[in-house]
Amino acid sequence: MANDAIVKYIFNPDIPGTMTRQIYMDHSSTTPVDAAVTEAMLPYFSDRFGNPSSLYSIGREARRAMEDARAKVADLICAKKEEIIFTGSGTESDNLAIKGLAYRNRKKGDHIITSSIEHHAVLYTCKYLETQGFKVTYLPVSKEGLVNPDDVETGITSKTVLITIMHANHEIGTIQPVEEIGKIAKEKNIPFHTDAIQTAGKLPLNVDALGVSLLSMSAHKMYGPKGVGALYIRKGIGLEPLFHGGGHERDIRSGTENVPGIVGFGKAAQLAKERLPEAAKITKLRDSLIKGVLEIKDSYLNGHPEKRLPDNANFRFSYIEGESMILNLDMKGVAASTGSACSSKSLEPSHVLLATGLKHEEAHGSLRFTIGRGNTRDDVDYIISVLPEIVNKLRMISPLAG
Amino acid sequence: MTDGYSEKVMEHFANPRNVGEIKDADGIGKVGNPVCGDLMWIYIKVKDNRLEDVKFKTFGCGAAIATSSMITEMAKGKTLEEALKITRNDVAEALEGLPPVKMHCSNLAADGLHAAIKDYLERKKPQINTDERRFVAMENTTKH
Repeated sequence: MANDAIVKYIFNPDIPGTMTRQIYMDHSSTTPVDAAVTEAMLPYFSDRFGNPSSLYSIGREARRAMEDARAKVADLICAKKEEIIFTGSGTESDNLAIKGLAYRNRKKGDHIITSSIEHHAVLYTCKYLETQGFKVTYLPVSKEGLVNPDDVETGITSKTVLITIMHANHEIGTIQPVEEIGKIAKEKNIPFHTDAIQTAGKLPLNVDALGVSLLSMSAHKMYGPKGVGALYIRKGIGLEPLFHGGGHERDIRSGTENVPGIVGFGKAAQLAKERLPEAAKITKLRDSLIKGVLEIKDSYLNGHPEKRLPDNANFRFSYIEGESMILNLDMKGVAASTGSACSSKSLEPSHVLLATGLKHEEAHGSLRFTIGRGNTRDDVDYIISVLPEIVNKLRMISPLAG
Repeated sequence: MTDGYSEKVMEHFANPRNVGEIKDADGIGKVGNPVCGDLMWIYIKVKDNRLEDVKFKTFGCGAAIATSSMITEMAKGKTLEEALKITRNDVAEALEGLPPVKMHCSNLAADGLHAAIKDYLERKKPQINTDERRFVAMENTTKH
């Protein structure tokens, strides 16, 4: 098992000569590159350094490796190899899907439907398009974070050129009724994009069953390298390119391909598909964590109790602030994240939590754990043992705790 | 350890000084706003024009807690005039700096201390009626 290689103890910087337990539970932020993935990538940095566009053998070798990776990524979502474009990130995939489709169909219409809890890569792309004359409907969500498919249907106008609704939310883990939305999109003949960055490699995906025309993925969320993403583009869907140049990736994404990254993505996708059954083990850990943490007074689960990612446990604690919890957990060797304003560059609390109806001060008190294949029951027990003390300590300091 | 936080900030954050309320405080300064993610209450006890005791309660991030802790140490034993001269920058400097993004939002401790001293001075004025007192307190809480 490659991920047993995750460092579990590090030197404690505060007390020289001692070790601190390290638990990484922020896998929705990023994952460690699997050792088998690194191994697959390494030759393509040096010995097999060729440019896939070159005609001689070393170029053809790189192209073969890239096409092999394309087939593996396609296989993960039950798509055809020709329908996969490699990009530089999940963010780029989202931008390419949304801007590319909107610009290509400008003569047909100027209206886009999305949700209010999309990742910034989708949300800010839509906001940008508003400055370019497009109109965007941001659908509300329930307090569990669910989009209502009926809202999608009633939101459609004769000018609607794109529906973009994420598969699962990166913060609260809620899984959207994408199949139902896909059916509506198909009936109305409107292209449907889904940001599947949090689900690709975690849930079984089939682009036909989902009814999507475009689907974004990212390698580093599935034990692959950073700096490589992919976009599924259903046959017949035209996109305006964002980058112009040498005509790489079927003239949709110019730029010499990141061959080592793409090879790594292929390997990661293959492993992820093989390991899909591991979701059962991760779900069990998640449920133990949720049960244990909710024992803490005035703590709540954010997101949907059942329709949620197998790895996601997102809580909120009354009277205290998220960054303080993250720093205290870090001192105990635990890596987690929060939707608090203090942790963001914008100083705004998470738009996702606000959209689910939380007040600002409630959104500031959120804490997200996302479990990975390297985590154990022991890790969960450790978090359950250290967290109450941290929450109590911060509540002692808080003027809101009364 | 944490990107942008100095060792001194982390030290005060991990072991905050003078946490709590002063039940019979002579002045209370309430600054910040839970909407922004930072709320700071500073309590003072005054004797012979000096800050005999300073305590705090804070809802907020690492910087908010560390600056609160730091100002209680800086202010204790000072005369009111000296304490009023402590600036936000003095607090940030004593903590060996704060990340730029935290300078305006979480560096409220000096404001909190000044608000507490003003509250004390207002309470001492017998002619001021309670409505005005409430107004001063409100002004303090909305300042950030």
